[in-house]
Amino acid sequence: MSNSLAGRLDDVAGDAGYHDHPPRMGFFTDTSICIGCKACEVACKEWNQVPEDGISLSGMSYDNSLMLGADTWRHVAFVEKTVPTEPAITGVDQAADGLQWLMASDVCKHCTHAACLDVCPTGSLFRTEFGTVVVQEDICNGCGYCVPACPYGVIDQREDDGRVFKCTLCYDRLSVGEEPACAKACPTDSIQFGELSELRQRAEHRVAELHDKGVDVARLYGQDPDDGVGGDGAFFLLLDDAEVYGLPPDPVVTTRDLPAMWRHVGMAALGLVGAGIAAFIGRPR
Amino acid sequence: MREQPLVPEPEFASYYGRPILKPPVWKQPDVPMYLFLGGLAGASALLAEGAAMSGRPALERVARIGAASGAAFGTVALVHDLGRPERFLNMLRVIKLTSPLSVGSWVLAPFSGLATAALASNLTGRLPVLGRLAGLGAGALGPALATYTAALITNTAVPAWHEAFQEMPWIFAGSGASAAGGLGMLGAPVDQAGPARRLAVIGAALELGGSELAIRRLGMLAEPYREGKPGMLMKTARALTAGSAAVALLGGRSRVLSGLAGAGLLVSSAITRFGIFGAGVASAKDPKYTVVPQRERLRRREAVGAAQG
Repeated sequence: MSNSLAGRLDDVAGDAGYHDHPPRMGFFTDTSICIGCKACEVACKEWNQVPEDGISLSGMSYDNSLMLGADTWRHVAFVEKTVPTEPAITGVDQAADGLQWLMASDVCKHCTHAACLDVCPTGSLFRTEFGTVVVQEDICNGCGYCVPACPYGVIDQREDDGRVFKCTLCYDRLSVGEEPACAKACPTDSIQFGELSELRQRAEHRVAELHDKGVDVARLYGQDPDDGVGGDGAFFLLLDDAEVYGLPPDPVVTTRDLPAMWRHVGMAALGLVGAGIAAFIGRPR
Repeated sequence: MREQPLVPEPEFASYYGRPILKPPVWKQPDVPMYLFLGGLAGASALLAEGAAMSGRPALERVARIGAASGAAFGTVALVHDLGRPERFLNMLRVIKLTSPLSVGSWVLAPFSGLATAALASNLTGRLPVLGRLAGLGAGALGPALATYTAALITNTAVPAWHEAFQEMPWIFAGSGASAAGGLGMLGAPVDQAGPARRLAVIGAALELGGSELAIRRLGMLAEPYREGKPGMLMKTARALTAGSAAVALLGGRSRVLSGLAGAGLLVSSAITRFGIFGAGVASAKDPKYTVVPQRERLRRREAVGAAQG
């Protein structure tokens, strides 16, 4: 199969072995209209019965969930930026005191080439007919390989449970034609759910519209099917560099390099055999 | 012109300095110990076959003990590391070439069985032909067992591991060879330990050379291998490996010096794995190692694009 490990892959469910399957579904999170209400975080926890994982103040603006993890499948980031106290030129929330607030609801990217799925030794992580990536909790044995494999730092192990957990893109709701809980709860439609191809077009229009309004900092993140993970099933419109939001600027699926890794392992294994032979024929006793 | 605050440009941006990646949840000492034991067991199986073929029964015995017990304790360490140890058999539920852990499980399982059978036959003297066949099987799988663990750790998003994927298999092969050779020197009388000594010295040279190459090539990502506790471990391992290899070369015919050098190589092989493991974890925890190399990659790609466009 071509491009199964890296590169552009237009039919991701087909590549995974589905013959008849629905279109690829995903999220477009437009952070320019996120108001930081955290309804997505709450709706996700409620619907998916994700356990409480600490209620504390982080000192990081209004962020109190810190990062995505086993018990946080939507995470709203709050970035406080000091900006010049000129009249607003960006057209986005800008207080008179020179503080600009960026808010963004992060989520599992449901990568076209998902490292977590590739490295899972048990087959617990699998590709659904919707092109999303889901953990089968009855199979996961908690080996933890997916955790450092994810280039976005999304999936994590639940400590008192041992297994790994992450966003399922509400696989159960999708199966009966419902949209995911976070998108349903989002009051501003910052989180949009739909067919990925349609979302990508919508996002292109939105970014052009913002550029026309003078918001030239608007850019899309994760929508490019030619990027290091073959494009994300959940992508974003951001108003600053990715790393400002805690996202990697140029993520690459690790398994892109796996064929080369196996080649080097093979050569080193042969080298070890050679060393063994040399040790015995080197000289008599 | 608008006034700009006179703050120096930050080297890189991050979200409150928090890591982007999740550091490995693999436990210490379980996983670095497994990396060591896998190398020791794999290279020992190879050494055992050579010893059997060349008529060195004492060396064969020691190497078979290294192969079987390394695999057994390694398996225990791996299972203990699982979040759900009772589900360890799920490792053999599928076989996936995209998962070095899956491939490794399919190498480790038959290796353990074969190495144990070969040792049992060697200790009891029963079924000698089957025992030797089992030993040959373990010897054939050994090099894979000793080196696949390099793919295991480099096939991650952990910057200091992933970017070292060219050298890591050679470092691991060398570290495994020096451990197996070290055990042979420690356990076998000097008149039979010649091959163990040579394997140990070749292994030490591979391990030291591979590490040096990686550290020179990695640039900024070499920092985690130099700094902090992992840096100290790497430095200690380097000195101990080089010193023990030198003693093996010069004084290997003395039983005492041979044993000391062998023990030194065993210990330094283990310390190397702990150092490499710790350096990877440190590189995942600091967003600098994620952001700066990726930004640099983007900048170069844009420069190439601009030159072509």
